[in-house]
Amino acid sequence: MSITDYGTQIHRETVAARAPWSRVLRAGEVLVIVDVDGNQAVDFLAYDAHDRAAYSVPATLQGQASVFLTTGSVLRDAEHRPLLTVLDTDVDRHDTLGGACSKESNTLRYGHHTRGQHACAENFLAELSLHGMGKRDQVSNVNWFMNVPVDPDGALGIVDGISSPGLSVTLRAERDTLVVVSNCPQINNPCNGFDPTRAEMIVYSGVAS
Amino acid sequence: MSASTTSTTAGARVHARAQEGTVVDAMPLLPASAHPAPPEGVEPGALRWSERIAGGGYGHRVLARGTHLRLTDVDGDACASLVVYNALEPHERLNVADTVKVQWQVYAGAGQLLLSDQGRVLATVVADDSGRHDTLYGTSALARNVERYGDGSPQGPSPAGRELLVLAAAKHGLDRRDVPPSVSYFQGVRIREDGSPEFHGSAGAGRSVTIRFEMPAIVLLADTAHPLDPRPEWSCGPLDVLAWAGEPTGADDALRTASPEGRRAFLNTDDYLSARGIA
Repeated sequence: MSITDYGTQIHRETVAARAPWSRVLRAGEVLVIVDVDGNQAVDFLAYDAHDRAAYSVPATLQGQASVFLTTGSVLRDAEHRPLLTVLDTDVDRHDTLGGACSKESNTLRYGHHTRGQHACAENFLAELSLHGMGKRDQVSNVNWFMNVPVDPDGALGIVDGISSPGLSVTLRAERDTLVVVSNCPQINNPCNGFDPTRAEMIVYSGVAS
Repeated sequence: MSASTTSTTAGARVHARAQEGTVVDAMPLLPASAHPAPPEGVEPGALRWSERIAGGGYGHRVLARGTHLRLTDVDGDACASLVVYNALEPHERLNVADTVKVQWQVYAGAGQLLLSDQGRVLATVVADDSGRHDTLYGTSALARNVERYGDGSPQGPSPAGRELLVLAAAKHGLDRRDVPPSVSYFQGVRIREDGSPEFHGSAGAGRSVTIRFEMPAIVLLADTAHPLDPRPEWSCGPLDVLAWAGEPTGADDALRTASPEGRRAFLNTDDYLSARGIA
């Protein structure tokens, strides 16, 4: 599918490495997230723009046949309502089990020397605060371009990515949706190839269905 | 036409008071120390919460650090969805994603730490003879139960777990947005290599899980059908709850050093509680 199928481009912005980003998508608008430099995890939350019901990992998984996100996946809020649909992806699968990195969980995963490092939870809290939201609204999220397999014995872990420069994922807003992004700053595991880089956000008007 | 016995305040009072002593299957037992069969080594006076929650019901408590909570699947058809908050700062809560990621393991069981979003241990699973649990699929939502069963209201025949947890949360001043993904006990899910879930259901009647609280905790429980339960009709059996006062994980407990991640989680917990003057 050519991106021109998504209507008129209404916004295009590069999110710097390690930075947050947010925008309200109107129902029908299409967001293309581009992994510009390759293997950059883009942590992602979504909320109903009006009642602020949050993205829900369990509700999303209950509505599909796999624990991974791919074309056709519907991101649902905690009340099981669709927020966004994955229209297309260049990467086979994306993660929604691993959650976001935080200064606090980094101390568990890598040691207390990481306490001063920037983390996705910081980006989420800062960006949510701009919308009058806070800690209670920060729920477990989507990790676009992040590779988190589940082994037969239940072992789960963030392993080397399967994305590469220029690959993208395309989402359509099913309702007016606030999307909040943390361009992941993690440097202690392979989720960003140990080198956080840019992400690009392109918003299209969508087309009448 | 004879007068109703409840047509006056006096009559209504007599009628109401005469109901005491009624016994039903699912109800709380007060005081908890009256429980007929405390666990081995537990004095009746140490019991803190004794209740049978009906399938489709919910329970909730604030529990002190060190409290042990035993959940029992009475008939082999319970599904206990659990959410835990730091009672001192309830915006700190169970984070299932961190729980599975930090411990490199999605399957729940004895030895698992229930981690908060602040890198601390809210609770530890100290005993489990079921092994059929789920950390990924959470509980049911109203809309989905309406779709599957025709109803999902708390007062209806097929209550949605989220609606039950919302009511339990409300009784601690928490609202709908405060109810995060839960852990489910007694209905097992395994993940196949392709990422699809395989529902294993119950391990049978009488199986128990015991959870020890490492921090003062608000505990919410909903007992309702697992969201992946394949049966066309809603079904859920009763859940027995028994809690007793005890000690948190001790300094020399092997659980503290079972993994480097867990060791640091306990260090963070001690650090927080000692600064608050609790431990």
